[in-house]
Amino acid sequence: MKAMTVRFALAVAGAMLGTALLAGPASAQDTVKIGVTQPLTGAFAASGNYVTEGARLAEEEINKAGGVLGKKIELIVEDNKSNPTEAVATAEKLIVKDKVPVMMGAWSSTLTLAVMPKLEEYKVPMLVETSSSGKITTSGNPYVFRISPTSEMEAKAFTPLFQSLGIKKADFLATNNDFGLGASKEFSEAAQRAGVEIGVKETMDPKATDFSAQLAKIKASGADTLFVTTAVEQITLILKQAKDQQLTARIITTGGSNSPDQLIAQAGEAANGSFHLVFFTPWFPEAVKNPDIARKFVGLWNEKKYNVGGLTEGFRGWDGVHVIFEAIRAAGKAEAEAITKALWDVKVKGVNGDIAFIKQGPAGKESAQNVPSVYLVKIDGGKVVRQ
Amino acid sequence: MDQLLQHALNALILGGTYALLGIGLTLIFGIMRVVNFTHGELYSFGAYMMFFCVMAIDVNFFVALALAVLAGIALGAILEIALLRRLKGTDIDTTMLVMIGAWIALQNLEQFTWSGVAKSIDTPFPSSPLVLGPVSVSWNRLFVFAVAAALIAGSYALITLTKLGKAMRATFQDRETALLMGVDIDFIHTATFALGSGLAAAAGALLGPVFVVYPTMGDLASLKAFAVVILGGLGSIPGATVGGFILAFMEELGAAYVSSGFRDGMGFLLIIAILLVRPTGLFAQKERIG
Repeated sequence: MKAMTVRFALAVAGAMLGTALLAGPASAQDTVKIGVTQPLTGAFAASGNYVTEGARLAEEEINKAGGVLGKKIELIVEDNKSNPTEAVATAEKLIVKDKVPVMMGAWSSTLTLAVMPKLEEYKVPMLVETSSSGKITTSGNPYVFRISPTSEMEAKAFTPLFQSLGIKKADFLATNNDFGLGASKEFSEAAQRAGVEIGVKETMDPKATDFSAQLAKIKASGADTLFVTTAVEQITLILKQAKDQQLTARIITTGGSNSPDQLIAQAGEAANGSFHLVFFTPWFPEAVKNPDIARKFVGLWNEKKYNVGGLTEGFRGWDGVHVIFEAIRAAGKAEAEAITKALWDVKVKGVNGDIAFIKQGPAGKESAQNVPSVYLVKIDGGKVVRQ
Repeated sequence: MDQLLQHALNALILGGTYALLGIGLTLIFGIMRVVNFTHGELYSFGAYMMFFCVMAIDVNFFVALALAVLAGIALGAILEIALLRRLKGTDIDTTMLVMIGAWIALQNLEQFTWSGVAKSIDTPFPSSPLVLGPVSVSWNRLFVFAVAAALIAGSYALITLTKLGKAMRATFQDRETALLMGVDIDFIHTATFALGSGLAAAAGALLGPVFVVYPTMGDLASLKAFAVVILGGLGSIPGATVGGFILAFMEELGAAYVSSGFRDGMGFLLIIAILLVRPTGLFAQKERIG
């Protein structure tokens, strides 16, 4: 008898829970959903949070102006924990449970590459806002729309600087993943073509915090320049530890996830003299292609009192959501297939510059790639200066 | 040659911190037979306490260090009384699962409280390193090494010279007999767990300012601590100390002269090699069975 009662109670509870779950999504149908997967915790947490804040600003601005298709847009943000397995799980959840017709993510190249097969499986497009590994747009996935530059584009943009900065011999220190190894390869090849001698090429685990062994080896190589490719957390530690080991080589970071303001705040004096490739220069908004949009973005960011160190990362989220918004508007309906088609033709004035897609990868299965602006800045006397 | 000297110095400094991470864990395992998965969380707890004291409420750096260690001891005592004491007599699997649960809960709590973005802690040390001929080392790391050495020596003295230490060793050798001899086993367990936790918090508070502070920082620390403890032999303070230095030298020299990509692999290769020859680790203590 008692067992019966318990079973009955469970059945009732189950039915109630089921109804509650069904009721949830039904009432949320009057928004256009955009799925976002970002590393909000773990090794890339700082950057992932900044990108998300930028995306939220865009959401707010777009909704204030009336939204799209007569509805408000709604970002559904999932934390991929800086972990490829989690990234796949978040994509699956966003597509299957939340039924988003379009996504943005997944910050790091490794995370994006992990998610990509799911895009093909469910035929849902993803706007890639940060990742730089070449493989993302050359592996033949027609659901990838990347607005960030590839490492190859960055290296190409940097090429004239080998000579003007007087680089004779270069070392490379990169995080041991698709992003780091890709950049290390592209920049060392560009250096070689420019007649620069290649010293040592070192790697580090993406989670590592101690680089003393690598830095001692780099110091012994005697190169005049060290190219570092990783996210801001490791760059901070590398700058500090390079100073501890009296490394005199000029440090240049690639990838644009270097948040110079955060480096100044966290690495202090050790950041002085370092160079950084960035894709947005909030310190000199007049230098960018669309100064009005840049100023508007910086204004809204500061209004929210977000960390100024996050501007160089946050703009990616802003630009990404605006591109998706334009595509939904052009598509005229919130359906994955129509949005995929519309994305190819969008033209958006973004914080980075004018965004439009060109084809990359094997014929018939091309991915979309934007050609973004790249800038080099230097930290001097605790300030960011133009180069 | 200069490069080798710098590598040796780096390894020595790193080894001190690995040893410090290891001794707290080895004590708890040796005396309580508990695989302490919360060790890494006590490490990050210490670092966050340091961050809170120094950066949020502006406490003096050295006072903050002491406060962080005391907070770690208190949290350890609470965990022992609230969880482990209740699990006494259950099998090792149950205890392990509860500790894994506590680990994840603590980590998520840190994430919730402090967010996932890394934080840095200001130090009173000069930003220029100490230069010794061709090699150099930061003052902060030198300070960490000195304090770690003192804490390791202090813990060793506590275990070998004091009455509490004797009671701990007695409990380690034979729990039932120690109980018959009038040792308060419950108190010994709480004291051991609190001490081990305090040491983990000390490591976090010392290394937080050297590196950056973030919620998952304990995972890597925990992995290194387990490696050190297995290498040195479970329950042995000298073993954990030597193990810490061996791991650091292996990583540093492996990264320098073999490949930096395999830096973390080097240490573990050595552990496998040593365990094949000495399955109980380098310095495992004999214990009475039954």
